[in-house]
Amino acid sequence: MELTATLDQPEQLDATFAALADPTRRAILARLARGEASVKELAEPFAMTQPAISKHLKVLERAGLVSRGRDAQRRPCRLEAQPLRDATTWLAGYRRFWSESYERLESLLGELQENQ
Amino acid sequence: MIITTPTDREISIVKEFDAPRPLVFDAHTRPELLKRWFGPHDWRMEVCEVDLRPGGSWHYLMRGPGGATMHLRGTYLEILAPERIVSTESNVDCEARAEHESLGTLVFVEQAGRTTVTNTICFPTREVRDSVLSTGMARGVGEGLDRLTALLAATSGSPAPR
Repeated sequence: MELTATLDQPEQLDATFAALADPTRRAILARLARGEASVKELAEPFAMTQPAISKHLKVLERAGLVSRGRDAQRRPCRLEAQPLRDATTWLAGYRRFWSESYERLESLLGELQENQ
Repeated sequence: MIITTPTDREISIVKEFDAPRPLVFDAHTRPELLKRWFGPHDWRMEVCEVDLRPGGSWHYLMRGPGGATMHLRGTYLEILAPERIVSTESNVDCEARAEHESLGTLVFVEQAGRTTVTNTICFPTREVRDSVLSTGMARGVGEGLDRLTALLAATSGSPAPR
């Protein structure tokens, strides 16, 4: 079941959500979803300096959402999709949590009223 | 069950039950009843502690498949039986993660013997909630709105659904 896979790793989920809480970082991820890019290429569409972009990249790297290539000059950034998938799974689980709970509550309320 | 986003920091789950309000309220506040419905089919509630008063705390320990556990806990801020419960809620034990604490408001409204429960969860910032929406909740919200739209279309000409 999806819930079990991720609820045991709350730190990973926290890191994912914290990293996603910033619009620039979400834009960086959206750009990387189209293919890898260097820091210079990433900085271009934003009104930000390369050091500012690097700071955001460090947060994304720590959250495991981005990895850097070995090429010493360019060190291309690429998207690591698994933590995002885990976060999505957790939310699907969240929805399932409530729909299944409420199904059970419905039958419990029926039972309680029959017994009255 | 319909999931919507009433404001830019909130998610709201609305569900109508065929039962009077005091009974639905009891089912949300009495441990012996909560244990019988709270959680997905394959999870069991092992611990259910409810100190139902402002400032009182609540703690649920859930056990799922493969022995997985989930702690949910919070503090009641407002109790107005059988109408309204406001509490903080967090799904982690660590105090340091208070930034991820959300505020839950349960509202019970009875009409013609049926009770509508509105469960609104308010996140600390729009960004936190949006990150939730951007990663997967969006589909659920979309489905909810689609269903509401379909429902409204199906009932147009007749009184609006409650």
